[in-house]
Amino acid sequence: MGYAKGLKCRECGRPYPANPIHVCEFCFGPLEVDYDYLAMSRQVSRQRIESGPPSIWRYRDLLPIEGEAAVGRHCGYTPLVRARNLGKALGLTHLYVKNDTVSHPTLSFKDRVVAVAVTKALEFGFPVVACASTGNLANSVAAHAAEGGLTSFVFIPSDLEQGKVLGTSIYAPNVVAVDGTYDEVNRLCSEIADKYGWAFVNINIRPYYAEGSKTFGYEIAEQLGWRAPEHIIVPAAGGSLITKIWKGLQELWKLGLLMAVPTRMHVAQAAGCGPIVTAVKTDTEVIRPVKQPRTIAKSLAIGNPADGYYAYKVVKDSGGAGEHASDEEIVDAIQLLAGTEGIFAETAGGVTVAVTRKLVQQGVIGRDDLTVISVTGNGLKTQEAVQGALQAPAHIKPTLKSFDEVLAQRPAMAAKA
Amino acid sequence: MSVLVRIPTPLRAVTKGQGEIKTDAGNVKELIDRLEQEYAGIKARLCEENGSVRRFINIYLNEEDIRFLQGLNTALKAGDEVSIVPAIAGGARTGGGVPAPF
Repeated sequence: MGYAKGLKCRECGRPYPANPIHVCEFCFGPLEVDYDYLAMSRQVSRQRIESGPPSIWRYRDLLPIEGEAAVGRHCGYTPLVRARNLGKALGLTHLYVKNDTVSHPTLSFKDRVVAVAVTKALEFGFPVVACASTGNLANSVAAHAAEGGLTSFVFIPSDLEQGKVLGTSIYAPNVVAVDGTYDEVNRLCSEIADKYGWAFVNINIRPYYAEGSKTFGYEIAEQLGWRAPEHIIVPAAGGSLITKIWKGLQELWKLGLLMAVPTRMHVAQAAGCGPIVTAVKTDTEVIRPVKQPRTIAKSLAIGNPADGYYAYKVVKDSGGAGEHASDEEIVDAIQLLAGTEGIFAETAGGVTVAVTRKLVQQGVIGRDDLTVISVTGNGLKTQEAVQGALQAPAHIKPTLKSFDEVLAQRPAMAAKA
Repeated sequence: MSVLVRIPTPLRAVTKGQGEIKTDAGNVKELIDRLEQEYAGIKARLCEENGSVRRFINIYLNEEDIRFLQGLNTALKAGDEVSIVPAIAGGARTGGGVPAPF
């Protein structure tokens, strides 16, 4: 049995039963899961979590499901990497990378939210699960639907990276490529959800889905030895992840598992689609939608972020900051992360590393501050972004002479050898 | 100034089923007060207690979000069209025993 007692409107506080609904009927605000924290606190402890499985389900008591995990049993508990080399490059002595490039099964943090959403959809008895997606969500929904024996429909913008389309189609869902921006796809999906009564993980199941992201924050705290870091830098598309990491840390503190949460939450977006960062930098709480996102970070190309205001608020309330990254900076940062730590992140990871660099340069992040960079997806999914930026292989004949000649021509190669 | 107001489906229960209302107002604030006079309870759906427009309600004047104009003070002229649109596409259904998908 879970501790979710129902849903609650984030704006006006009206309570609702724990149904597949996501909008307040009175004020149209978004609904959020409401927990019985008192009852939860009697059950949850560090020891109880530590004795749980090496997955997001060790935090099962804090997730909005009634039974057991139906899908995604191996999701989460990804490495928290002590990034000494990247730290040297950026000027940080206590830098970590939370590495969801290896998330099981589809190599992005979306597995966390989808494992919860599809489990919940099955609890509700939906026969079809669906989503609107910039790529990673589609991969994950298709995979978990396959695992759970559900029919799935995934809706994507038609200009999505090839790797992401293939990485969705392989699980044999129904893929619908829409000629439009993600925002147009999402708006269409609201109408489809209304008409067909399917479980859209990011629409009518959104309140449950979103809770899965808290596990990203729980793991950071647990892996640091039950400690909240001084800085967490998080990429933002719809804005949900950064708000839920914050919520997760606050819950651990409220439950007595953390002594304090001194964490400053920093938001990272692309220059070509960064409405939340713009709001943070100009100190205006009204998010100005970006009508035509233009960035290689397609996973972050959401011009009208559903949780934009709440993401802005988390940054402000925690004393955080935000920055934009240009396409060039993104590509450079992907290579920097790969070359220093051997971690190949997708474009969103490049955005986050690039923004971290800027925040250090601006003095927002101190040299010795305990800092965690959130890397949310695998670079193999966005290969187009770095193609052309990488050094081509040395091409030789199968002779020692041929190799010696090349070595002589490339001093850098010789230096490493 | 005589303006046309478009009411989204979820709010039509308050406006006696009407999706389009013609009314007179000099600015958006006056418009909302006028609507409240005619259809009691609509203001509480559109505005917080302090009078500002609710975060998840968008009001468009001739396709422009008033948040990027002069907000509640946005002036209206004869023939203007004001659309009230819940921020989340699709909006909530009214009534019925089964909770709406949104």
